[in-house]
Amino acid sequence: MDGTLIIFWAFAGLAVVSALSCITRRSPVASALWLVVTLFSLAALFVLLDAQFIAVLQVLVYAGAIMVLFLFVIMLLNLGRPGPTDLKGPVGLGVGVLLAGLLLVQLLALRQAAPGLALAPGAVARAAAEQGMVPAVARPLFGAYLVPFEITSILLLAAIVGAVVLAKRKL
Amino acid sequence: MLLGPSLAVSAVLFALGVAGVLLRRNAIVIFMCVELMLNAVNLTFVALAQQLGVAGQIFVFFVMAVAAAEAGVGLAIILAIYRHRHTVNLQNINLLKG
Repeated sequence: MDGTLIIFWAFAGLAVVSALSCITRRSPVASALWLVVTLFSLAALFVLLDAQFIAVLQVLVYAGAIMVLFLFVIMLLNLGRPGPTDLKGPVGLGVGVLLAGLLLVQLLALRQAAPGLALAPGAVARAAAEQGMVPAVARPLFGAYLVPFEITSILLLAAIVGAVVLAKRKL
Repeated sequence: MLLGPSLAVSAVLFALGVAGVLLRRNAIVIFMCVELMLNAVNLTFVALAQQLGVAGQIFVFFVMAVAAAEAGVGLAIILAIYRHRHTVNLQNINLLKG
């Protein structure tokens, strides 16, 4: 077992354990902070998978912006102190765990359908080393995927307008 | 080769997200579990991008944009609901129940 694999499993274990804590903590603030730990360990996994730019985006956008938004709303609604548990009753709990376990088995079985190698091993890392990390992602983004990129800006504009309309008391 | 382990971790994280959505009643925690599921899918994209070319990483970029938009609108909806019902517990929000 080489070093990369050891680091991978360390961060993968951290991600799974903190995700488990996230869905079981009673206080929403604790859940949010455990989710931040999950997001950071996922960023580490992205680095191991030759996606350094995506890892930086993960920390900046997810752990930075989105989770701050969540904590902000928790603070705004004054939900910080843990109340009575909001877990479902025994029947709901059993059904939920059963369904999630079933889905897990299906997803693990789906790994059999993973496609074979299309690129030589290390091709993505080599391209990033040749062109630079950001250009390797940015060139296709502003070339072949330009139209989806522009549509994303419209989506974000619609989201801004929607958020203002929904959250404002009176326009 | 990290593809197999990555897909396994991603499957576990996705199942945990689904479990959270099914088990919790706090709307904000459910929302965070949805973010967890999106991140599990991102991990699949990045792992497959290592094998199939950089397009997978660009899809992660789009998923993040959609997640940001979804978080903004979703939290605004939760705020609006809280203003009307003074709770975010989904057990008490049953307007559509006959």
